[in-house]
Amino acid sequence: MSLADGPLALGSGGELTTRPMGVFARPGEAKGWRSWVTTVDHKRIGIMYGAAALVFFVIGGIEAMLIRLQLATPDGKLLSADLYNQVYTMHGTTMIFLVIMPLGAAFMNYLMPLQIGARDVAFPRLNALSFWVFLAGGLVLNSAWLLGGGADGGWFNYAPNNGVRFSPTHGIDFWNLGLLIAGIASLVGAVNLITTVLNMRAPGMTLMKMPVFTWMSLVVQFLLLFAVPVLTAAQFLLMFDRLFDAQFFNTQMGADPLLWEHLFWIFGHPEVYILILPTFGIVSEVIPVFARKPIFGYPFMVFSGIAIGFMGWGVWAHHMFASGVGPISVAAFSISTMFIAVPTGVKVLNWMATMWGGKLTFDAPMLYSIGLVTMFTIGGLSGVTHALAPADTQQTDTYYIVAHFHYVMFGGGLNGFIAGWYFWWPKVFGYRLGERLGKINFWILLVGFNLTFGPMHILGLQGMPRRTYTYRDGYGFNFWNFVSTVGTFIIATSMLIFFANIFLSYRKAKKEQLSVPADPWDARSLEWMVPSPTPAHNFDVIPTVSHLDEFWHRKYGEDEEGRLVRIAATEDVVQKGDGRGVHLPSPSYWPIVMAFGMPWIAYGLIYNLWFCVLGGICVVAAIYGWIMEPATDPDAGHDDHPADHDEPSDASGEAVATEEAALVD
Amino acid sequence: MTDLADTTAVGAHPGAATHDHTHVTATGISNEKVAMWAFLGSECLLFGGLISTFLLYKDRAADGPVPHELYDIAFTSISSFVLLMSSLTMVLAVSAISRGDDRALRAWLLVTALLGSIFISGQVYEFKEFLNEGLGFTTSPAGSAFFTLTGFHGVHVTIGIVMLISAALLSRSGRITQRNAEAVEIVGLYWHFVDVVWILIFTVVYLIK
Amino acid sequence: MTDATTTDVAITGDHDHEHSHGLDDKGYVKIALWLALITGAEVAWSYLPVWEDASGLTSFAEVAGLLVMMAIKFAVVAGFFMHLRFDNKLLTRLFYSGLVLAVVVYVIVLTTFEFWSS
Repeated sequence: MSLADGPLALGSGGELTTRPMGVFARPGEAKGWRSWVTTVDHKRIGIMYGAAALVFFVIGGIEAMLIRLQLATPDGKLLSADLYNQVYTMHGTTMIFLVIMPLGAAFMNYLMPLQIGARDVAFPRLNALSFWVFLAGGLVLNSAWLLGGGADGGWFNYAPNNGVRFSPTHGIDFWNLGLLIAGIASLVGAVNLITTVLNMRAPGMTLMKMPVFTWMSLVVQFLLLFAVPVLTAAQFLLMFDRLFDAQFFNTQMGADPLLWEHLFWIFGHPEVYILILPTFGIVSEVIPVFARKPIFGYPFMVFSGIAIGFMGWGVWAHHMFASGVGPISVAAFSISTMFIAVPTGVKVLNWMATMWGGKLTFDAPMLYSIGLVTMFTIGGLSGVTHALAPADTQQTDTYYIVAHFHYVMFGGGLNGFIAGWYFWWPKVFGYRLGERLGKINFWILLVGFNLTFGPMHILGLQGMPRRTYTYRDGYGFNFWNFVSTVGTFIIATSMLIFFANIFLSYRKAKKEQLSVPADPWDARSLEWMVPSPTPAHNFDVIPTVSHLDEFWHRKYGEDEEGRLVRIAATEDVVQKGDGRGVHLPSPSYWPIVMAFGMPWIAYGLIYNLWFCVLGGICVVAAIYGWIMEPATDPDAGHDDHPADHDEPSDASGEAVATEEAALVD
Repeated sequence: MTDLADTTAVGAHPGAATHDHTHVTATGISNEKVAMWAFLGSECLLFGGLISTFLLYKDRAADGPVPHELYDIAFTSISSFVLLMSSLTMVLAVSAISRGDDRALRAWLLVTALLGSIFISGQVYEFKEFLNEGLGFTTSPAGSAFFTLTGFHGVHVTIGIVMLISAALLSRSGRITQRNAEAVEIVGLYWHFVDVVWILIFTVVYLIK
Repeated sequence: MTDATTTDVAITGDHDHEHSHGLDDKGYVKIALWLALITGAEVAWSYLPVWEDASGLTSFAEVAGLLVMMAIKFAVVAGFFMHLRFDNKLLTRLFYSGLVLAVVVYVIVLTTFEFWSS
């Protein structure tokens, strides 16, 4: 749907004399809800991604607790079999697509432009579109709860189980259309962020001088770019089957349900790396800061990330060892799966080597990062056991698998994001999260996490099947299931502490009027060179980059004997946050208008095609409004101080001249 | 969408700009072009999935006819030729605007759109013929796969036609000029891509038995 | 796509004017004529009487011939009409990485379905 806006874009060159043809007056607010709805600022969009993900995290977390309560004792009565199917399906789908993916998007949106020394992403309005479309998809998916129940086929909704015949409610339709919409968001975001990394780097910021987090973002966006359309293709087939009586997965007509499995996992395995690589990037930023050493083997970090991205395309059928793909396929995918452990191992070794001999300090971000390295390694090791097809055949569809992917996705993924929260919180919000509560939060989470998911290894090897709503007394599953449920509540407690920490730290900072310096951790990359919280224009002057860890090299150098010495005070290196003369892209209503149309198309496909017409008109109108509207409002003041907004537009020539004088330092 | 490079580009001030390639990006390529190529790379995976689905299902016709029995190769060859020639007229449109010839730009854009419409009409005719012969969307996996693949392509062509006509109108209202000639080039990239996808479909779906 | 952009363009923005390269209109017409010819050859090829009683090797030859002609057409349109031959190589890598990935992945899928033996 975003096709038409790129190609038909107007160069702003000839635009200033033409009034934008808009139904809406151009939004100009800098504060209040309207400024958030119309924002195109990558930082605000990142914050909204994070906030939305946290809301969905609470929903997904409640679903997880329902699952664990149901399984706490044998013959649980809390959920019916049908409801249980819906709850675990929605839990998995929510956590993957609406929590971990948008959390990655949140960090990438906020940090990546700062790390490459840019003022914003390549297409600020498309960035806003990505967020709103993602939100629309998430709402469509979750609206199923209010409209007759959620999807019930597991997060991969295997064919032919996903057909109307076996799942007659609309749950899978909401799942399918919600994720199709979210897929548009991912695709638009991928195109946008790839362009940003390639094109928007500050002078001197060559690819091999980019921070590891930015590199991992780039790899993730390429994975999204190429993996999402595969899922999209599969979901279109499913949509046609379910809503328009096509025969793609109807086995009685000779269709092959394995087609869905293949397409899903061709997407699904790169998706695993889409989920984990952002946090690999985050801890690669955190660990060097708290080890007071540069990242060990930077090129290996980069190339192992790229290698994971490539090899992630050649292992998908290890999810299908039990599906009868044939001995040759099983052997080939078994080998490729073993190989993909190598670049991952390289990363783990590099993190350890970074810490080795460093002056370690164990602040909260560091604790979570070490948590990621250790917990992910456990999950990685159980993952290697899946590569052995005979063992995997035993493990398939047991709790062993559940244990494995929670160790990588929660122990690896979420731990890394929490590390990122504690690390970048001062940069984003201008106050620090309490350190003592942070440490308590970490240890409780670590204990709760291992109590919840550790026992699942044992349960799985004992043969407890996943996706089964109860078990009988006397199977030997009672004790560890109970322990696991207790662990869930400990995790919930730690998350409550986290939310309390946000609130208490904010109140403290406000009461005591605490402010955070630009560089509270003595950190290394460019985002720490701007004041906290980051001003709207990011950089007063775009830095010229000559090193990896540019900011660090501006603070520290070597003396004659090769010892590390400080060469400049941090206050002299950081920028002052004076954005006069910087001309930012203007806010716009069109992204949210376009996103607003999409759920109506989805509901229309399910209920009544007339809704599709309405939604379609909304989307098309938004596209044309978008094209007619220049990205930067010619009438907006040429600086970002709201007080000066009454500046007459015909004075723009002067203002632009001052902007250009201060381009590069 | 105008890219942010404007805010950092030297000489991007509207009055001063002589042509629109002064966007300064780290690679020297405009953001729009990188974005379009990335998007087209992504489209390969989408069409790849649909083509593979068709190949897998092409003989699974249940009780209905196999698509292969129904092809009218002579007819499809002509409509393929028409689409191929629309790529030529598209290139001529790009070439016209790079010379600053607005009238020729609009003429070639509309000719391209017309050729695209002829192709789409041919596809509609073909679909109707197939329906008459008993191969419908819901008849069999083969039918579903055929109509989905060619229908997806047809939707892409239709979107392309709308883009071409919009570009012609924008040129008429003075919003596309030599200065932002690249907008036409990027519409052209999309159009050519739709054409190369049909090159694949014509061979893989129609000619190979 | 990894190393294409390690050199940054000077900030002055005086890179090549993009429309100074590429073919002239006559050149494009010539290319189109070649494409039309190949299309004709494809159709003719598929009607050659040799394939009537197609068995293993001959039907392989028929398909291979068609695929080669298809690939040539594809490369010509992408290279000349889409300017990949004249533009920054980064764009070629972006596009062809998607294309090659698609071909490899989907060929593997069809292989697991034992598609080629039929």
